[in-house]
Amino acid sequence: MYSKGLVPLAAATVVTLATALTLVFFYAPLDADQGFVQKIFYVHVPMAIVALGGFVAGGIFGIRHLRSGDPSWDLRSYVAIHMSIILGLGVLVTGAIWAKASWGHWWVWDEPVLVSFLVVFLLYCVYYPLRFAIEDPERQARYSSVFAIAAGAFVPLNFMAVRLAEAYTHPRVLSQTGGSLPGEMRLTFLIALLGMTLLFVTLWKLELTAKHASLQLKRLKRRRAERETVAA
Amino acid sequence: MIHAATVILRKDLLLELRTKESVPAMTLFTITVYVLFHFGLDRDSLDGELASGVLWVTLLLAAVIGVSRLFAVEREQGGIDALLLAPVDRTALFLAKASALFLFLVAVEIVAVPTFGLLLLGPDLGGTLPELPAILLLGNLGIAAVGALVSALAAETRAPELIVPLLLLPLMVPVLISCAQATEPLMRQDQGPEDLGRWLGLLTLYDVVFVLLSVAVFDFLLED
Repeated sequence: MYSKGLVPLAAATVVTLATALTLVFFYAPLDADQGFVQKIFYVHVPMAIVALGGFVAGGIFGIRHLRSGDPSWDLRSYVAIHMSIILGLGVLVTGAIWAKASWGHWWVWDEPVLVSFLVVFLLYCVYYPLRFAIEDPERQARYSSVFAIAAGAFVPLNFMAVRLAEAYTHPRVLSQTGGSLPGEMRLTFLIALLGMTLLFVTLWKLELTAKHASLQLKRLKRRRAERETVAA
Repeated sequence: MIHAATVILRKDLLLELRTKESVPAMTLFTITVYVLFHFGLDRDSLDGELASGVLWVTLLLAAVIGVSRLFAVEREQGGIDALLLAPVDRTALFLAKASALFLFLVAVEIVAVPTFGLLLLGPDLGGTLPELPAILLLGNLGIAAVGALVSALAAETRAPELIVPLLLLPLMVPVLISCAQATEPLMRQDQGPEDLGRWLGLLTLYDVVFVLLSVAVFDFLLED
């Protein structure tokens, strides 16, 4: 059901990611200011963008679940948020490495994007305890969707608030990484972003298939157990 | 709908007046936290960003108590079934619960903020008038809207007292940022308000978004 087109998708992911890595190491110029460590940017930023996109997608799937009552939308929302949290952990780790290398500290509070990402990450981590503290599957799906929608709306508001707060104490030029990238860097970045998006979609479909299969298996086992008790 | 909301709200306020459960606990909690901050920071008086930070973090932590108790009576005594069987819109229930929380917060702040001025604040509290009440009211609105939603979300889980703080506090970060930043210049000896409009604007935007969002999704909670 969910595994349609998974093989070509996986192949496209491998090709794009390999191209992106090749470009990162052999094509994109060294950053004059930060040197080699700046190349983590091609992993960190696409990962952050894709993770945020996944969170927002989780909210949209949540809306579709509440509209239709179809549990498959809830499963899509759950897996999207699940994958985004895993990517989010990667964002925080690579962000910390980058911060250590270029500013000398593992964590800097005056980088608004990183700080708001941490807040969003902490909020979404509560998705698991909330979801698995509700036993009734129908209610679990409904409540999880409500969480996904509220948190999805929170993401832009939070970014705005943190950005304002930091700009207030540390006036700085807004675009440090985006905006005025030279051509080679921009091309590499765009292909890395495409690769990360494909990776996310592939993993999402794979996890959906696995979750769906295990749900199916559980249902079959239950049915067999019922039949056996009837026979006995 | 407004009528149903006022009836539920009156029930909640009456219950609070009779049992004296949430508001006294929240007030006592804030004063205890001020004492803790006095020792934790080892400071006799605070001003500027430290003062507004301590004030707002304490109020948010007190709000956690109010939010976790918001549906507690219904859950423990089974009154929720009667509420859900009643032929009223869920929006009325949301409005009633959010208003109750809002009024609880106002009641707490009437005691807690002057106490803060007395115990910890260096500059005179009179210098924060009339801006501080406006910031408090806008902040309360955001806390009440999100708090009622979080409370309903957590009410049906196995451990609501665990879910509520984890869910509420990250959601409160924009409120904390705008309220603390707006309050900070008021609590400095030398300066008047600056950038007040920006923070109140952000706070208003947050309030509008979360009131509308909560009204929209509340129907799906507490359905059965």
